[in-house]
Amino acid sequence: MMVEIVSESKVWEWLNEVPDPEIPVISVVELGVVRSINILDDKNIEVVITPTYSGCPAMNIFEEDIEKKLKEKGFENVALTTVLSPAWTTDWIKDDVLDKLEKYGIAPPVKGTADKGALFESGPKVVRCPKCKSETTVLVSQFGSTACKALYTCSSCHEPFEYFKCI
Amino acid sequence: MELREALYKYLLRIGDTSLIAGQRLAEWVSEGPTLEEDIALTNISLDLFGQARAALSYAAEVQGKGATEDSLTYLRSEREYYNTLLSELPNGNFANTIANQFLNDAYLYHFYTALGKSKDEKLAAFAIKSVKEVRYHLRHTGEWVVRLGDGTEESKNKMQSAIDDVWMFTGDLFEMDEVDETLIEMGIGVDLNEIKRSWDTTVNKVLERATITRPEDGYMQTGRLDGQHTEYLGHILSELQYLQRAHPGAEW
Repeated sequence: MMVEIVSESKVWEWLNEVPDPEIPVISVVELGVVRSINILDDKNIEVVITPTYSGCPAMNIFEEDIEKKLKEKGFENVALTTVLSPAWTTDWIKDDVLDKLEKYGIAPPVKGTADKGALFESGPKVVRCPKCKSETTVLVSQFGSTACKALYTCSSCHEPFEYFKCI
Repeated sequence: MELREALYKYLLRIGDTSLIAGQRLAEWVSEGPTLEEDIALTNISLDLFGQARAALSYAAEVQGKGATEDSLTYLRSEREYYNTLLSELPNGNFANTIANQFLNDAYLYHFYTALGKSKDEKLAAFAIKSVKEVRYHLRHTGEWVVRLGDGTEESKNKMQSAIDDVWMFTGDLFEMDEVDETLIEMGIGVDLNEIKRSWDTTVNKVLERATITRPEDGYMQTGRLDGQHTEYLGHILSELQYLQRAHPGAEW
């Protein structure tokens, strides 16, 4: 009897159900953490991932959740391989996912501002408040509750909010 | 010098500097001058630990003697550590921490930018990844140097003293030996004389804006290349390694 091997697109679909543990409205696939899938046979699979930030504590959770999901779907061995190149960038996040971030209350990365300079002149000019959509906002700190976010305050509605940094 | 040995030592120098700088910054947890700053310093610490893990696990692989990132971290003695002296200096007051960190960030920023062109693909990938993070660190500490330097009389005095105090440890950053020579020749390592020029430009730009006087280069204390440290590293290691020394192989 032929063993039916699941298609790669099906696996991508399953992985798209694995949420980011810290931003549950987006998945590990949408975040760009999963780089490729290598189905070896019906029991064995390799998933290639890349970290968002070198020290991101969520990476271990990503790995556990990916492994758990694929084991639920019938794989016995899930090999996770971490690669650093190409380096993760917010440019990989698609527009519809950026909208999801904003609806969730996190200002999405402003495209095209992936910071090149290291000193004073860089960074996005305008970060829109995800709550009242005002464009008059102030950077409070480059570092927020997670490595990938900065802290802002809206000058119009006075709410603090987080900005998903562009890297 | 044999390539494997040179690359191993090079990776230890990189990984140890990140590890020790990260450990120092972690001491600020819950002690930051404001909540936001507490979070910022520890976010930077976390990035540095991540970079240390990548460099030290690669070092273990290159050495090929069954070491791991953990064994390299917890079981090497003081003289087997090759971090920059700058990264092990005490936090002091907030201006001291910012001065130490800023000078280290400017160094790492230019070092990783250059290392991104290394012919060792793994090292290049690591550097390209790291520079994205260090860019934020440098911006953060650079802005603080300006804010404190160009601030009140008290903050200016503290910032100036902090830069003056740490200056004698900056020469250590750019020392090179046969490890560097071997790797530069193969297109793997970075010529630190070139990094020194970029570092000077960045540091001068920030100090000028901060109205801080750049100290004259005088006696420079060095030792990084041979694992000769200030009295402070031993104290860091005794805290960092205590558990694995007292309970070898403990896991949780």
